Amino acid sequence: MTTTPDNLLLLTLNVNGEEHEVITEPRRTLVDVLRHDLRLTGTHVGCEHGICGACTVLVDDRPARACLMFAAQAEGARIRTVESLADPATGELNDLQRSFTEHHGLQCGFCTPGFLMLADGFLAERPEATKEEIREVVAANLCRCTGYQTIVEAIDSCATARRAGCAKTCTAIEETACS
Amino acid sequence: MTRPDAPKTHPADDKGRLTGRSVARREDPRLLSGRGRFVDDIALPGMLHAQFVRSTVAHGEIASVDLTAVREVPGVVAAFTAEDLELTDITAELGRPRSEFVPTAMPVLARDRVRYVGEPVAIVVARDAYAAEDGLEAAKVRYTTLPPVTSENEALAPGAPLVHEEATRNTLVDVSLFATEGIDEVFDAAECVVHVESRTGRQNALPLETRGAVAHWDDREEQLVLNTCTQVPHQVRTVASRCLRLDERAVRVVVPDMGGGFGQKCVVGREEIAAAAAALRLRRPVKWIEDRKDALSASFLAREQHYDVRAAFDADGHILGLDADVVCDMGAYSCYPFTAGIEPLMASAEMPGVYKVPAYRVRGRAVTTNKAPTAPYRGVSRPQYVMVMERLFERAARELGLDAVEIRRRNVITEFPYTGVNNITYDPGSYLESLDLCERLVKDEGWYEKQAAAAAEGRYLGIGYSCFSERTGYGSTAFAQRKMQVVPGFDISEVRMDTSGAVTVTSGTMSHGQSHETTFAQIVADELGLELGKVKLHQGDTDRVTYGYGTFASRSVTIGGSAVRIAAAKLGEKLCRIAAALWETEPAEVELTRGGVRRKDGSDPAFLTYEELADIAYLRAHLLPRDIEPGLSATATFDVFNDGTFSNATHAVVVELHQGTGQVEILRYVCVEDCGVAINPQVVEGQCRGGIAQGIAGALFEQVTYDAQGEPSATSFMDYKVPTAHEIPDVLIHHLETPCTFNETGAKGAGEGGTIGAPAAVLNAVNDALRPTAVELDHTPITPETVHRALNLEPTS
Repeated sequence: MTTTPDNLLLLTLNVNGEEHEVITEPRRTLVDVLRHDLRLTGTHVGCEHGICGACTVLVDDRPARACLMFAAQAEGARIRTVESLADPATGELNDLQRSFTEHHGLQCGFCTPGFLMLADGFLAERPEATKEEIREVVAANLCRCTGYQTIVEAIDSCATARRAGCAKTCTAIEETACS
Repeated sequence: MTRPDAPKTHPADDKGRLTGRSVARREDPRLLSGRGRFVDDIALPGMLHAQFVRSTVAHGEIASVDLTAVREVPGVVAAFTAEDLELTDITAELGRPRSEFVPTAMPVLARDRVRYVGEPVAIVVARDAYAAEDGLEAAKVRYTTLPPVTSENEALAPGAPLVHEEATRNTLVDVSLFATEGIDEVFDAAECVVHVESRTGRQNALPLETRGAVAHWDDREEQLVLNTCTQVPHQVRTVASRCLRLDERAVRVVVPDMGGGFGQKCVVGREEIAAAAAALRLRRPVKWIEDRKDALSASFLAREQHYDVRAAFDADGHILGLDADVVCDMGAYSCYPFTAGIEPLMASAEMPGVYKVPAYRVRGRAVTTNKAPTAPYRGVSRPQYVMVMERLFERAARELGLDAVEIRRRNVITEFPYTGVNNITYDPGSYLESLDLCERLVKDEGWYEKQAAAAAEGRYLGIGYSCFSERTGYGSTAFAQRKMQVVPGFDISEVRMDTSGAVTVTSGTMSHGQSHETTFAQIVADELGLELGKVKLHQGDTDRVTYGYGTFASRSVTIGGSAVRIAAAKLGEKLCRIAAALWETEPAEVELTRGGVRRKDGSDPAFLTYEELADIAYLRAHLLPRDIEPGLSATATFDVFNDGTFSNATHAVVVELHQGTGQVEILRYVCVEDCGVAINPQVVEGQCRGGIAQGIAGALFEQVTYDAQGEPSATSFMDYKVPTAHEIPDVLIHHLETPCTFNETGAKGAGEGGTIGAPAAVLNAVNDALRPTAVELDHTPITPETVHRALNLEPTS
């Protein structure tokens, strides 16, 4: 980072695979820079003290509260936001997003990007997660509409489908190897 | 349900009907990909950011406000007091005699006096939100403090300080709606009289998206454009135009995507009006986004009520009379448009609920205190009075040695229509059926055996029920009975087909999570025989939508959906008339079918598509006969001129109490609900589950507390416990369907039932688990401390 006059910083942030240069005050949070400077408004602000999780993004593949980080702290890291989930060319939703819609895992949709990024990071780390483990992780974020049940079901169903898909691929490889 | 004017053959009767199917939500793709547009996502050229200097004292005279230093803070552009902005106050009124209702003016920014911690005193506008917050630090406001009133007991005590000089004894509403003659004799002669004194904690409806607004003056339209997250856009427009002294056409309220509301956003806030005033002054866009601290402490709160109720029963457990005193702590001001009457009037009118109560007396009061003002919150008084009613039945069952379900069975209304002692006529519902089915589901899962086994091991397992109905679909008549000066009720809808045969429908209701874009499209698609993708809903824009009362009281599908359906039917009639004219036949000889209009006799050409008809109606209108106007649109208004409709449900909860921690763990939750025709069952289930979660939150966790100085003690999520996926259980939902016969959709409201049923069921379950002790609990939230104390009491001899 570069310090400029008027106590401003020049930061380079890698967001969703793209490099962005931002001139900002050191005190500006990552979520405000993402939302208001880079105009990636999919990530939401619900409490600004790290409890509700609406601002959850992935920082180096791990879920993090973007309201509890200064943007300056994210320099050099790979940041991913909800905008990265759908297919960039077609806009087609990914399997996790589709699972949320199939299970009615969202109503007003305000907390949804946070839950999606939480789940995306968690399932990448623990693809074999049980439903109970998923429920435990989901308890990291707040939702006021759904009562959580359908969020847990959406994530669990996606994880199960991914495992089944993986199992199929593995079996196919084995069969090919056998033949 | 059959409508009298329904066409004999209806596209919706063909295969492929969407009503009753859980079609995927049309809202989802944008919300799941981060392309939703919420109010804080709006950014306009030159936009400034506002924050509010808020009162730090609960009650005081404003001695001076000095904003000189604020204006010198780097980044601050302007700062205004009430005196600077000269705005008209917001005043909500009831048309009741002065002895029953005292109107109170809520200034947009406090003048002279502050009445709660967090009350806005000045607005600071800066180049960004950070600089605006810097500005707040530099504000110098001096108060001459007055003694605060922080509870309803203090408020009603003789000689208490007055929150509003005009409200003697701090009472804004005092009504005695019913007093059956001879009720005292009923109590004197009764076999059994039980008493419940119950308090419910002050809560925050807590939409996850806090309140907010972006306002700017549009020179081209000569309009103030106020983007704000509100459930009632047209009512915000009215207040904004009055406060700012603009013609109503010079204000356009636009509602983007909304992150929940639950009632907190169905009243007009002061901050959005102040932000609009600042935008007018500065001729620059101004954004205000409430932070969570303000949302927790200074936004509209709800629920704090005190009930003192007696019920008389005969030896067989039949209720004979109900005598109730209800006091609601409404905080510092009446909300617009509902007033401080909303809670005591709801409780007084509807307390008998699903039970055949022959004699009834009630007094309902709203008292004012030095706490943040209240707004309706999902369920409005019904979570509280249902809890009290259900406690009364449980207590009577214990005293008379009856089963807790059996006593309900003997008292629920079974003959419909039923006109109660409260002069309300209940339309058909499934009160007994839902109770029987709910009990059976609990029994089939073996919970009574599990309870016996737990008891043998010394564990505290309890099963609790609640039965309730919920009046929804209130039309103008029902709201007029409350004597509101702004009488919600009707809604207007327009359905317009464009030249390509695609349809746009408007509604005066406003979705904030209830999936209107999907369910309203389902209604129109069925009415006209269109694919879902051919229908688009416009809501939440006062320039695009003729008029409406927004979304609250589960009125969207019942009232708004009915207007939508009639408008679609009218458009269908016009399409038939056009087709008949082109075929030189009578309208009676043609009918709507999927995708177009067909000739009943099948003669050639047998069918015209909507695309073909629309092309003619707009682009080749010379083909139309003189008596048919070009263009394809139809408008309809819908209102209800009776007491509204009643959805109903029975909830059952199984809990276990933990002796060491006092924790209440919910082991099972079963809900049997009847909201009439479910347009989209998945959406209904979502509403039930979400409502139940908020009901459990009120029963076990959430409470806004104040210290003796009126300082709120829960100003972050560290102190205000919102339940997570750990605390909210999975819910088994079973649907019954008793259609509403006097609206166009057959639907009864589904938005609030969960929140109404849960506290009573949870409290009863906890009390059932506490049977081995001498303790019965009647208050919420049920804290671990209370449970721990109950479980660890020395047995009394």
